[in-house]
Amino acid sequence: MIKKILIVLFFSFKANAALEVTIAQGKVEPTPIAITQIFGADSDTSRYGNTLRQIISNNLTNSGLFFTVNEDLYIQSDNLVEKVPRFEDWKLIKAQFLLSADVSKSDKGIRLRMRLYDVFNGKEIEKLQLTVPNEDLIRRVGHTVSDIVYERITGETGYFDTRIVYVSEIGPLDQRVKRLAIMDQDGHLDSHQFLTDGKNLVLTPRFAPNNQIITYMEYKNNLPRVYIYNLKTGEREIVGDFPGMTFAPRFSPDSQSVVMSFSDPNTANSEIYLMDLNTRSLSRLTNDSGIDTSPSFSPDGEKIVFNSDRGGSPQLFIMEKNGDNIKRISKGRGVYGNPVWSPRGDLIAFTKLTQGNFHIGVMDTNGNNERVIVRDFALESPAWSPNGRYLIFHRQKRSNLDGTGGEVTIHFIDITGYNERIIPTPRDGSDPAWSPLL
Amino acid sequence: MLKKLFMLIVAGFFLASCAATKTEQGGDVDAASASSSSGGEITAGTQEDLIVNVGDRVFFEFDSSELTVDAQATLDAQAAWLMQYPDTNITVEGHADERGTREYNLALGDKRAFSVYSYLAQAGVDTNRMEYVSWGKERPEVIGSDETAYSQNRRGVTLVSN
Repeated sequence: MIKKILIVLFFSFKANAALEVTIAQGKVEPTPIAITQIFGADSDTSRYGNTLRQIISNNLTNSGLFFTVNEDLYIQSDNLVEKVPRFEDWKLIKAQFLLSADVSKSDKGIRLRMRLYDVFNGKEIEKLQLTVPNEDLIRRVGHTVSDIVYERITGETGYFDTRIVYVSEIGPLDQRVKRLAIMDQDGHLDSHQFLTDGKNLVLTPRFAPNNQIITYMEYKNNLPRVYIYNLKTGEREIVGDFPGMTFAPRFSPDSQSVVMSFSDPNTANSEIYLMDLNTRSLSRLTNDSGIDTSPSFSPDGEKIVFNSDRGGSPQLFIMEKNGDNIKRISKGRGVYGNPVWSPRGDLIAFTKLTQGNFHIGVMDTNGNNERVIVRDFALESPAWSPNGRYLIFHRQKRSNLDGTGGEVTIHFIDITGYNERIIPTPRDGSDPAWSPLL
Repeated sequence: MLKKLFMLIVAGFFLASCAATKTEQGGDVDAASASSSSGGEITAGTQEDLIVNVGDRVFFEFDSSELTVDAQATLDAQAAWLMQYPDTNITVEGHADERGTREYNLALGDKRAFSVYSYLAQAGVDTNRMEYVSWGKERPEVIGSDETAYSQNRRGVTLVSN
């Protein structure tokens, strides 16, 4: 009886999503979607419409799960927000889904109306209206609509209305000027903003999983310490009063604590500590003469994966949230680092140096089923999309004695290993980290 | 005898070329004056003096913070020099090559800096005169993605801080 109910529930869930995409299935054929012109009533709203169409089309295409059917093929050219489409016309050009929208001005600001149709089944599957107070929020409207389309069709949580914080780099490789910077997930220049002035070296920014706060490391007065930065208020604050270097910070899943490494000034040995940001209480989680760093919480907050050379070479280990029960999980040959727990909880992304190349891969949380996603001379800093389907990371070219080379860029890839692309940044970029959905 | 003289010339050339390379955080050595100042313009007890007459740095093996025999010899000389100039304070910087993650290399750089710091302390240098800091792989001495560069970037550097 229970079984039957489960099956029914399962099917009804399945029926909810028009297209089921699982990560295990490898390369996915992108689903064709037609996006009509987004109609505006005047020149302003027409301009917003063009921008929106471009944002939505780019987002969906970049996900690797969709492609936008060429506009030149469209037979029907009307606004389909208020009228039933001629599905036959859209079937003919092999559009599986159809999105139509329009923009108008209202006393509350700018209003977008949209409808999403399943062409093959000849029915509407989504209808909504969004109003924003001003033009500055147009990009977010585009990302939000993209998320709704993605979620409605794939059954997965979207990730478009998010931002990426990263380290912007410029200057000679031996005197790099590094600044924290932030941008929309698509890297669009209009969304790009610097957060620090470049006076101090900054490294490894990471977002809190459920608010707009980042933690990062900064060399203020040449003292390397962990800080937090509230993006809403602009406030910056050192985390704890440590006599030695603090580094490798990450938030706990509830965003209330930071787990990080602290290097004891009497031994220079790095141990992992947890600091509660509300009570400022501190607990030490590791105690070993080896290097312990790069901690990352499981999304349920019960476990922490980290990097340690306690066995000789740097490997990956898992412990309970209080530091108990430490177990090595990395099994392959090579030097492991940078473990990051997926927000879905099922996988750990990592870097591995072996045979002269860096690899970014994923493994099960017990270390089984290690799989390389990308390999190159220098890859680092994998970070998960909030829906756990994609990774961003940075890739650096070889440098030469004359100071040339060494360019570093931020990349996006599906964890199946397909659909890699560069996320454009105005200067070089490294250490990317993804925000939660806004 | 001739051989010895030749070695001295080579050593002198090596030191001069060391001084001509670019400087560390906070240590602004005028490279041109350092290499042309063998005539005795170097002020005793300065960074320049340390670089030219003692050696300001030691090198490490891959993924190691242990001091080699050569490194210990350099640090013995540094300790003696620091005893000679008791008003001189120093900061020891630990650095790593680019073949490791940023975070692991910060930890490794700290261990390297501390190896130098504690060796000098054991050799009698007052710890009140010394600080140490890790720069991980953020400040290479030599740009390049090969072992020649890496071997010079895995280093501990002693900087006169006053």
